Amino acid sequence: MTEPSDASMRFSRIAAETPWYELFSRGARDWLRHNQKVREAVKSSLPELLSGSDILSKPSNNRTVLVPVRMLQHARFRLRAAETESGAGQGKGEQGDVLRPADAQQGEPGSGQGGTGEGEFTFVVELKVDDILDWLWSELKLPDLKPKHSASLDDPDLMREGWDKRGARSRLDRRRTLKEAVKRRAIQDGNATPFTNDDLRFRQLVKRRRPALNAVVVFALDVSGSMGELERRLAKLFFFFALQGIRRQYTKVETVFLAHTVEAWEFPEEQFFQVSGSGGTMSSTVFRLASEVLQARYDPSRYNAYLFYASDGENASEDREAAVQALEELAGKLNYAGYAEVGRSGMRPHPTEINEMFHELERKGFPAAAALVERQEDVWQAIRTFFQDQAEEAA
Amino acid sequence: MSRTSNSQLHENAARIEQLAKDMGLKYYPVDFELAPSSFMVEIAAYGLPVRMPHWSFGLRYIHQLIRHSMGHSRIFEVMFPGDPCRAYLVDGNTLAENTLVVAHVLGHADFAMNNQLFSRYHRMAGGHILEKAAAHAHRIDDAIREVGLEAVEAVLDAALALEPHVDTDQELHRDRYPERLPVAGAAAEDPFRERFQQLPGAHEPVQAPKQPPRAPVPPHPEYDLLWFIAQYATEMEQWERDIFLAVREESLYFYPVFACQIMNEGWASYWHARLLREADFLPQSLYLSAIKTHSDVVRPFASGEETALAVNPYHLGFSMWEHIVEKHGLEKAREVCREEDDFGFVRNHLDQELAEKLGLFTFEADRGGEIRVAGRDLNRIREAIIAPKFNYGAPRIAVSELHHDGTLVLVHDHASDGRGLDLNSAERVLGYVHRVWRRPVRLHTVDGRGMSRELLADSKY
Repeated sequence: MTEPSDASMRFSRIAAETPWYELFSRGARDWLRHNQKVREAVKSSLPELLSGSDILSKPSNNRTVLVPVRMLQHARFRLRAAETESGAGQGKGEQGDVLRPADAQQGEPGSGQGGTGEGEFTFVVELKVDDILDWLWSELKLPDLKPKHSASLDDPDLMREGWDKRGARSRLDRRRTLKEAVKRRAIQDGNATPFTNDDLRFRQLVKRRRPALNAVVVFALDVSGSMGELERRLAKLFFFFALQGIRRQYTKVETVFLAHTVEAWEFPEEQFFQVSGSGGTMSSTVFRLASEVLQARYDPSRYNAYLFYASDGENASEDREAAVQALEELAGKLNYAGYAEVGRSGMRPHPTEINEMFHELERKGFPAAAALVERQEDVWQAIRTFFQDQAEEAA
Repeated sequence: MSRTSNSQLHENAARIEQLAKDMGLKYYPVDFELAPSSFMVEIAAYGLPVRMPHWSFGLRYIHQLIRHSMGHSRIFEVMFPGDPCRAYLVDGNTLAENTLVVAHVLGHADFAMNNQLFSRYHRMAGGHILEKAAAHAHRIDDAIREVGLEAVEAVLDAALALEPHVDTDQELHRDRYPERLPVAGAAAEDPFRERFQQLPGAHEPVQAPKQPPRAPVPPHPEYDLLWFIAQYATEMEQWERDIFLAVREESLYFYPVFACQIMNEGWASYWHARLLREADFLPQSLYLSAIKTHSDVVRPFASGEETALAVNPYHLGFSMWEHIVEKHGLEKAREVCREEDDFGFVRNHLDQELAEKLGLFTFEADRGGEIRVAGRDLNRIREAIIAPKFNYGAPRIAVSELHHDGTLVLVHDHASDGRGLDLNSAERVLGYVHRVWRRPVRLHTVDGRGMSRELLADSKY
């Protein structure tokens, strides 16, 4: 140990620069770890977060969702907030002078805690819809979809494979050719020919068959008078995740939006959820329209077709025969048909007409399932039912 | 203004240092280093240049970075007492600023060598905290590689949450409690009997029981929570105990800085002002811009304000030292510097005259957010200034019992703290502690109505 007198004999120094810290930021590393923990926290409460937030507005355009989260706080023991906080200050003022009026920081003392000078700010995590789905799929333990097993579904595909010294001029691989020339010249003497025919390399194509990775998803929504605001919202949430689930699997997914009352129409996506009709419900119309659309635009040999239908379950009794028939015809073209009965079931007869129809379909061996979606939480259950079921059907 | 030119700074620093020595400053030499402001932000967040990793530091770092980039906080220097002391200066600051900062750091260095709290720590731990902290960080990095981030993080969550819960009167290297109670009436206890083992006519000494009874653990309420957990946890691994002790060691290192902030910053400000004033070798323009920086830092309120709801420790400390030197001379000031910490400094040396001159007052803020001037009573002002510093700024929580089943019982001394704990955060801390303690952890405190409350963290529930 150095004695003080001794120490005083030594002089301080200013170091030559040793900027190791420019290469590595502990702060940034620990901040990333914090963010990772936030993501984990978000992940574990994902279903609640998602059903609360407005993630469905324009999800397809920007493929990310902004979820506001609070920063994590590392807790320490601290006293409860006092009735009156006191402290020392400096400046002018007589006893009783108001230095800051009550409304200047309204709400902060009410929340009671948190901001101990560090400042309390929430930040927004941008989550990719794909990431959310990955989490959801692992959270819900959902299997991946299986495309149809059918020879007719195989698309012939031309793929590049290998090189040859002969070929069509359009498939000349200039980079390869140049490399060959360089190699050859390297072992020849100084004045070798720049290129010879032997240097030429052409790309070769082979024919491969690959399963069709196209899918079409038909969303059918009952917009009759009995479908209220809640029912639509549930239907939308259900459709959104069903669609995202299918998007995970197929490179190209097309969507068809159909709505019906006693008639059925096709709508563009933007208008789909705004549509409202009135009067009765005849679901046969929408099944028939779906069949027509598939027939006309989506060749069953090239597309995997899915139907998701949401309704409150009521259907005009005179339409029953027609609906069953139309549904069966449609189901023949589909990989899978899912039905979500949205809204409160308390008022309705159980099982409802349409529920009955889908169960009937299932019994006859068609790939189909029905689920009740009364509240937002039920959406996950419904999605799980469909995707597990679908995977089993396809297997 | 030009950026710091290194050779000029070297020259100024050398001459200022000579001047400081001539004026009687005594200190361990200082290793200065010029660092970019990004690194200063990091040191401010961690408290040390290389410190153990934890996500809560990341959070502090980002707060600091935001404040820094918005211009709310400007860090001029960071100084670490030791032998040698280490100081970091901002490489982008002007020559005038850095010259001032060199003088300021010498003031800190003098304080650190002479003040009793600082020199006590120095005696206990030696002068190499930066190297020790870096070694802690490396050991923790090794542990992360060995057992994984999650496991190490759980330990750090608990240990860092208890960071201020050390007994600052205890030694750094503290032995476990004696296993056995002292034998009552043992002959050795009595100096008279010790000398005259056998006095004629005296009774035979009563045979002491062979095994004195086991001492209870802890024998008294134990406020050194980090130490207690590291020593007496039944189910912790050695590396987990090491982390608790590492956090404790760093915490004890920070304590003098915490408990002497007003004195220390004031002392350094006093000396930078005085050294620069007497440094006639400095060009006039440099002196002017340096003293402008001084008045930006050592001022009671933000520019344009007339009151401040906090007392700037630089300003208060600086004014107090000037006052003491003026009234009682430099020797007296040195004596105060050696013997006091902020508690004694403010209570014994902040007098009526100075409090009036500075315009100090106490204020009260009610729950609606309205803040009123409460008064200008000197004693209340003193207590209000030091109130946030009691018990390392944390609630007083002690281990009261260690049950046979391993339950850790903590008691909050709500009577001294004046009110109960915030239950929500207390529950979370208990959760952290329980994860590493692994047996039940109980905590007694009171709720808002003063009714006693017991919190329990136990995996069975």
